[in-house]
Amino acid sequence: MSDVIAATRERAVLGTSPTRPDAPAKVSGQFDFASDLTADGAVWGATLRSPHPHARIRSLDISPALAIDGVRTVLTADDVPGTNSFGLISSDQPVFAVDIVRFVGEPVAAVAADDPETCRRALEAIIVDYEILPALIDPEAALDPATPAIHPLGNVVRHQRIICGDPDINGEVTVEGDYEIGMQDQAFLGLEAALAIPDADGTGIELQIATQWLHEDRQQIARCLGLPEESVRLTLAGVGGAFGGREDISLQVHACLLALRVGRPIRMHYSRSESFLGHVHRHPARIWMRHHADRNGHLVKVEARYVFDGGAYASTSSAVLINAVTHTQGPYRCENAVVDGYAVRTNHLPCGAMRGFGVVQACFAHESQMDRLAAACGLDVLEIRRRNAMESGDRLITGQTVTSVAPVRRCIDETEALPLPDKAVGHGDHPYSLPGGAGLTTDTTDVVRGIGYAVSIKNLMYSEGFDDYSTARCTIENGVVSIKFATAEVGQGFVTLAGQIARSVLGVDEVVLEPIDTGVGSAGSTSASRQTWMSGGAVKEACELARDSVIASVALARGVEPGQLELLGTEIVDPIDGWRIAMTDAIQGVSVNEEAVYRHRPTVALNELGQGACHTAFAFAAHRAVVDVDVELGLVKVVQIATAQDVGRALNPISVIGQIEGGIAQGLGLAVMEEIVQVDGVIRNASFTDYLLPTIADMPPVEIALIEEPDPEAPLGAKGVGEPPTISSTPAIVAAIRDAIAQRHPEATPLSRVPVRPSDVVDAFRGLRPTDHDR
Amino acid sequence: MTGSKDDREFELTVNGKRLTVSGAPVGASLLSVLRDNLGLTGTKGACEEGECGSCSVMLDGNLVCACLVMASTVTEASIATIEGLAPSGTLSRVQEAFVDHGAVQCGFCTPGLIMAVSDLIDRQPNADRETIREELAGNLCRCTGYGRIIAAVESLLNEGDL
Repeated sequence: MSDVIAATRERAVLGTSPTRPDAPAKVSGQFDFASDLTADGAVWGATLRSPHPHARIRSLDISPALAIDGVRTVLTADDVPGTNSFGLISSDQPVFAVDIVRFVGEPVAAVAADDPETCRRALEAIIVDYEILPALIDPEAALDPATPAIHPLGNVVRHQRIICGDPDINGEVTVEGDYEIGMQDQAFLGLEAALAIPDADGTGIELQIATQWLHEDRQQIARCLGLPEESVRLTLAGVGGAFGGREDISLQVHACLLALRVGRPIRMHYSRSESFLGHVHRHPARIWMRHHADRNGHLVKVEARYVFDGGAYASTSSAVLINAVTHTQGPYRCENAVVDGYAVRTNHLPCGAMRGFGVVQACFAHESQMDRLAAACGLDVLEIRRRNAMESGDRLITGQTVTSVAPVRRCIDETEALPLPDKAVGHGDHPYSLPGGAGLTTDTTDVVRGIGYAVSIKNLMYSEGFDDYSTARCTIENGVVSIKFATAEVGQGFVTLAGQIARSVLGVDEVVLEPIDTGVGSAGSTSASRQTWMSGGAVKEACELARDSVIASVALARGVEPGQLELLGTEIVDPIDGWRIAMTDAIQGVSVNEEAVYRHRPTVALNELGQGACHTAFAFAAHRAVVDVDVELGLVKVVQIATAQDVGRALNPISVIGQIEGGIAQGLGLAVMEEIVQVDGVIRNASFTDYLLPTIADMPPVEIALIEEPDPEAPLGAKGVGEPPTISSTPAIVAAIRDAIAQRHPEATPLSRVPVRPSDVVDAFRGLRPTDHDR
Repeated sequence: MTGSKDDREFELTVNGKRLTVSGAPVGASLLSVLRDNLGLTGTKGACEEGECGSCSVMLDGNLVCACLVMASTVTEASIATIEGLAPSGTLSRVQEAFVDHGAVQCGFCTPGLIMAVSDLIDRQPNADRETIREELAGNLCRCTGYGRIIAAVESLLNEGDL
């Protein structure tokens, strides 16, 4: 790491790791997050939510709340001036429930009052008479046409098949398994918060909001408010993490409605328990897969069936499902496939985007299968992966050709080559390093060390024909270079990267980043590992236009052809006439305003048979996990993770490493800790006491190899790096746990569900199924 | 009593200054008083039940979660928050280490972690990695996976060894 640190002393261009421009404010408590904002005359907003997973609203009486001193207004569905629905892909979710509530936490009304305490009393005073309806909580039942629809649009959000090659072909070796993935929460630390400020004349509104996609929010908000989009202005407030959980509307519309009604600024914050109800989660999934191979372990066919539980409203379920089914083969060549996937509606919490977006679920299943296949073929788990490793130019089961750089084999080889922990099991520095940690519950003789591997492929950017673009503007006035974009900075560090790009392209060292708001065209969402590629591409192109404009004006002044000049480092050079001028001097007195819109290569929708080049680009990663398992108590300690990741080009190595380590922590969480538990449609652990996140003590050291093969299709050669670490880390950890269990109990049933609970470890060799313990 | 305003004012000593608190709800936490009544928003709230450490402050020299302390019970205590860690416009060496080592991403956990790390290196300047991990296990970070945070802390401890 010392090389990387030293690089910060150099010019802060691409390939170095300059410090974040917002870091000094963040470490000193001066950075304003959405929850820190206030305005003169501001009052508070709060949301009344359904306590039932499925119920009919017989009556709703807001008058007791309105009678409370300090209550400014109470709004229900009757008060929505525009469309009473929103949604990222399908506008199927009401702003406020009308007649029916479909999940625990569905908004029914909103209040504005002078302070949070009065808001709370107002919510308690609203009288709602519910007629409880049977809740649909089994996603398989949602597929049954006999099950009554819980939404006018039906219970199946999307069904997608993939039929590729010869669907009837069989391999000499087959393995199959059923897999289950629990519901994971993004658990960003900065809770949902907004400040909505109505225009004085009441015809427009300004919203300061922590979000992933300002322009999409604006479009949905404007439709609900019944206002033209230009009357709704959004500014990015400080965002305390996102991970997919801020891609959907949460409190945006409610805050704006209250502000316009009251005629005062509205502050609205969720508590942690409300946050669990107020944003979408990672889809729980049930997956069956059967892999066919020849006796040498070469894949012949993959078969799969997916059921994704999308909860009560669609959000991005259809896109999540497509990601899963199209990644069924994993990073392996396979010519034949029969895949059937469903995203269904239930009365569970709505699910949508979370880091990995459908591929997390698919990867857990296909990597579990590859280990089974290795055993059935008598091959090493890495050897079977090497034999099948995808390469650039291979065709996917969708018929799409992979044109991205695809160093799958290097990912595997370099992961294997990374050093293993130097301490053997039970010989750590400290008793806390055993499973059970500070609880000191573990007897060393019960601890077995296991090792597991997993490899992943992840699509980058948006798919299926979506018009995916990003906008950036570069202006030069009075010798000052400014960059403007609407790219949501959620912690990933685009603000650092934008400066690096501008400095690299323009040859200046001082770059001003303008406020991130809707005063420029859309950047698309900070999701799908897309902003380095998309907004990076837009900033690069805008800066290139500005650079060319500066060079043209210098050429004009000097009476030479612009083509005669070139920018070398920080100077414009005329190699023929032999003079040079510093770029910082060249921009004085120049007025430049250049805007660029970057689009990636178009994609197409899948046809009925799941065929079509629906994705743009792909990134790959391999993970190795080393775990210590107390086989008697079922406790797991992850000792080390090693990973080699295909990053294209590390534009900011420290940021890349931060994404990898952070992504692995979330993959570890899904592997052994994190699950939203719902019983009969009611969440049971909506708090950080009961929903377990990895702490610094849970997170092992991470060994990292960055595989830098610049991708010619990427504007900066760099691939998105955010999602792959979260994808294959989970199956690697579970493979390592299986390995540990099998050393002590060779007859044990392979673990098939995440997160792995202590009871799952013990049940694995007692012959019990995980579900025997549920409830 | 929920929601009723305490009509009595009280005083707190924060970062060496005696400050008057008025209009705080009965039973208000130190976290909410710092943020909502005193405008010291550097202290963050993310769970409000002592699990995440985002609201870590020093209370008479002890690291506490401000969300678990009733403000009106600490009128005689000395309270230190992130705002008082370094003179305005400067950074403490812990803050500098976080900036330099990439330990900050979204930054929401950062003020609490800076308080916890500052406390740790004061108490245990020779802590080893396992001790660092155990000591900081009360501060959740969802972005970094903690790797760069450990690097930042170790850089401070190594400084002490030199």
